[in-house]
Amino acid sequence: MNAMDAVEVKEGVDQETVDAVKELSGAYKHGWETEIEMEYAPKGVNTDIVRLISNKNNEPEWMTDWRLSAFARWEQIEEPTWAMVSYPDIDFQDIYYYARPKSMEVKPKSLDEVDPKLLATYAKLGIPLKEQAILAGVEGAEDIPAEGRKVAVDAVFDSVSVGTTFQAELEKAGVIFCSISEAIEKHPDLVKKYLGSVVPPSDNFYATLNSAVFSDGSFVYVPPGVRCPMELSTYFRINAENTGQFERTLIIADKGSYVSYLEGCTAPKRDVAQLHAAVVEIIVEEDAEVKYSTVQNWYPGDENGVGGIYNFVTKRADCRGARSKVMWTQVETGSAITWKYPSCILRGDDSQGEFYSIAIANNMQQADTGTKMVHLGKNTKSRIVSKGISAGKAQNTYRGLVSMHPKAKDSRNYTQCDSLLIGDKCGAHTVPYIEVKNNSSRVEHEATTSKVDDDQLFYCRQRGMDEEEAVALVVNGFCKEVLQALPMEFAMEAQALVAISLEGSVG
Amino acid sequence: MALAKLKADVTEARLARLAMPDGAGWANAARADALARLQAMGLPSKRDEYWKYTDPTSLNAPDAPEAALFHSDESPLFDAVDRVRIVFVDGVFDADASDDLSAEGVEIERLADAMAADIHWVKDVYGVLEARGQTPVNRPFAAMNTAFASDGVVIRATAKVSKPINLIYLHQDVASDAILHNVVKVEAGAEVTLLETGPAAARFSKQLEVEVADGGTFHHVRAQGRDHERRAVTHCFARIGAGSTFKSFTLTFNGVLTRNDCIIEIVGDEAVAHVAGACVGDGRDFHHDDTVFITHDAVNCESRQVFKKVLRNGATGVFQGKILVKAGAQKTDGYQISQSLLLDDDSQFLAKPELEIYADDVACSHGSTSGAIDEEALFYLRSRGLPEKDAQSLLTLAFVAEALEEIEDEALADDLRDRLEGWLARHT
Repeated sequence: MNAMDAVEVKEGVDQETVDAVKELSGAYKHGWETEIEMEYAPKGVNTDIVRLISNKNNEPEWMTDWRLSAFARWEQIEEPTWAMVSYPDIDFQDIYYYARPKSMEVKPKSLDEVDPKLLATYAKLGIPLKEQAILAGVEGAEDIPAEGRKVAVDAVFDSVSVGTTFQAELEKAGVIFCSISEAIEKHPDLVKKYLGSVVPPSDNFYATLNSAVFSDGSFVYVPPGVRCPMELSTYFRINAENTGQFERTLIIADKGSYVSYLEGCTAPKRDVAQLHAAVVEIIVEEDAEVKYSTVQNWYPGDENGVGGIYNFVTKRADCRGARSKVMWTQVETGSAITWKYPSCILRGDDSQGEFYSIAIANNMQQADTGTKMVHLGKNTKSRIVSKGISAGKAQNTYRGLVSMHPKAKDSRNYTQCDSLLIGDKCGAHTVPYIEVKNNSSRVEHEATTSKVDDDQLFYCRQRGMDEEEAVALVVNGFCKEVLQALPMEFAMEAQALVAISLEGSVG
Repeated sequence: MALAKLKADVTEARLARLAMPDGAGWANAARADALARLQAMGLPSKRDEYWKYTDPTSLNAPDAPEAALFHSDESPLFDAVDRVRIVFVDGVFDADASDDLSAEGVEIERLADAMAADIHWVKDVYGVLEARGQTPVNRPFAAMNTAFASDGVVIRATAKVSKPINLIYLHQDVASDAILHNVVKVEAGAEVTLLETGPAAARFSKQLEVEVADGGTFHHVRAQGRDHERRAVTHCFARIGAGSTFKSFTLTFNGVLTRNDCIIEIVGDEAVAHVAGACVGDGRDFHHDDTVFITHDAVNCESRQVFKKVLRNGATGVFQGKILVKAGAQKTDGYQISQSLLLDDDSQFLAKPELEIYADDVACSHGSTSGAIDEEALFYLRSRGLPEKDAQSLLTLAFVAEALEEIEDEALADDLRDRLEGWLARHT
């Protein structure tokens, strides 16, 4: 039900205008759902459900035990309350922890066994045509020259991965890119060695829950010296109602390798909030580099704060080797609640961590996001650029930690957090923690909060732009530094998303 | 649950050693309310977010840890300034050592006398500002102070006060445990300067509540004494009205543990609040924590927080600063800077500079830096023939200067600068 429906149309205003405004106010474009037959595990979480999920994925015993011990731990810890977000209590027993399309009951041996409805879903989401052909299992699709740059996609639909593209081509380069359930089956040694080594099962409330019930996710292994021939991408879609999505991503960049990874997410519009608690672990060995880019566009709820995704995510990269490098770039426009702190542990000497973030909160959205840069190795460097934009009645918080340990000599951090407020009902907050335990390191932190500059707006409007366009332009300028850090295709999408997210926030 | 029980036990053990002074009905009620507040929140533990960087254990202990007396040949601070001296020895008012409690434009009384009067203006301030400052963050030591403060003064400025009032806190007993509470009310258009000097006690809990009416001006300059082993937990709660000015500066040398909380609420338009501090610490047994919380609840106001810390030989400096701009507090200009100069590799600086903003037409910023002395600057000075030690002192002094500049009175600033120079000369 749109709030606009209740508004009485004044005389002299034609229906077309009303419809146009209506169109704008419901700006979330991915709010439709796919009617597809689903298979659910019973609601709630307990050891039986954990076993069931493990069973469904044909997991070996060590994996089931790993999950069970995480679950035992989860039962003993309490939900954190320190973030500046407020939401009704989550009933963890009123959620489906496992949902998969019926057609996926038996894992398709090849992509042409995939339900066409699923593929249609991804087509609707605008996943490049080339990949659709592959997801649809078109004979010889792998050999069709890709339009522009190639991106390999792992698509996750509710609890399961429905298909991964370009696997063969990646295999030639030695890169393993598959769903995590497949990895547990085919590469147990790698999974055993690395899973939980960056985000241990006991890490925090949501990560622990994820460790117990994660149903699928993506797995990447880039062998020593290999530059991954194309960008890898995961596309997450929550479709089923009352479902929690718990995916787990594990990326390992071995010595001297390079990979760029993109992540996108959407969900249908619903008036009941849904939970998403993911864990991403990245291991970066000597001289390796990982770029991780996210465009998070989960359903944010309506303008009254009804529905939307509760996004509680733990993302962490461990720069284990010397001269390793990781770069997090995120554009956070969706979710009713965001609780997310992609972090870097700079363990290797001369390792580098970067964090570029745009967080937009409009209407009743609440975002508490930021990063942790933990400097352990000598001569490590980190850079944080965070741009928070609040509009409507939204609350947007940057929360971050920069920690220079005593042994992290000659290290360097630069942090810049800027907040922009649009309207006088929203809030922008900055909560940085700075811990410096040696004197050869330099730490600089800067933060500003301001509103959209009237002069800039006036200038744009003078040139014939309407107010909304003008604000979008100014905001895009404000975000420029972060947008530039995104891979090309994502930057375009993000820029458009920034404008859409702020629709209806002016005037 | 176990944690809550532990907290309750610690609180109970500490309270067992304290006695609540008796006064007029309203005064006893104010103290009882404060005790109830304290019991509801309990004394802090290191698990509390607000005590993340400072361990309150020694402040919680039933007995004050002993602190050796420190003797110095230097002349008392601000000796050359004409002022009203009010002396406390180990937290107890010393009438003989003090001047007459009078000056033009001001009324000064002992806290106990004010609290015994049936009708007194202090009723509207004592414990009132402290209670307001208990949200959104609990400050248990402040509530404890309100409940159990055994001495102090109440000061009411009715015009521009002719000379500064200097509270001098002497420390003479190695195991003294003092709780002092001072209240200042600056009436509309009045102006007063309050000086606080000295270590006071082995363990010192001190609170200052300041109400500044419209157009009033309050200057506060404090030097926390040089005793190496002393511990202090101090609070300043201020509420300032339209067009008023509040300026506070604190210089801290030495001290095992110093925690200074400053909580300012700006309730009138076009008011100005500045809080600044400099601390110089030498040695692993130096821990200094500045915690500031400024609330903007009016339009067109300005606030500044300027904190500089010079740390060496394993000293620890903490800064937790916050600017809260409430909805409707438009045209706020908020500025906050916290910087540390780490003179060696053992020292540490822990900071949490926060902004919480609910109004859009504001300009708020904060900055925080930490690092060593600039090698190039050092080289430059040495190439001009300055010995390394002098060059380092000069650069350190320059680093601290921005905070000292917050003191308006030149004479007071000069005296503090001289002491600082002396300290640096002895400690480099």
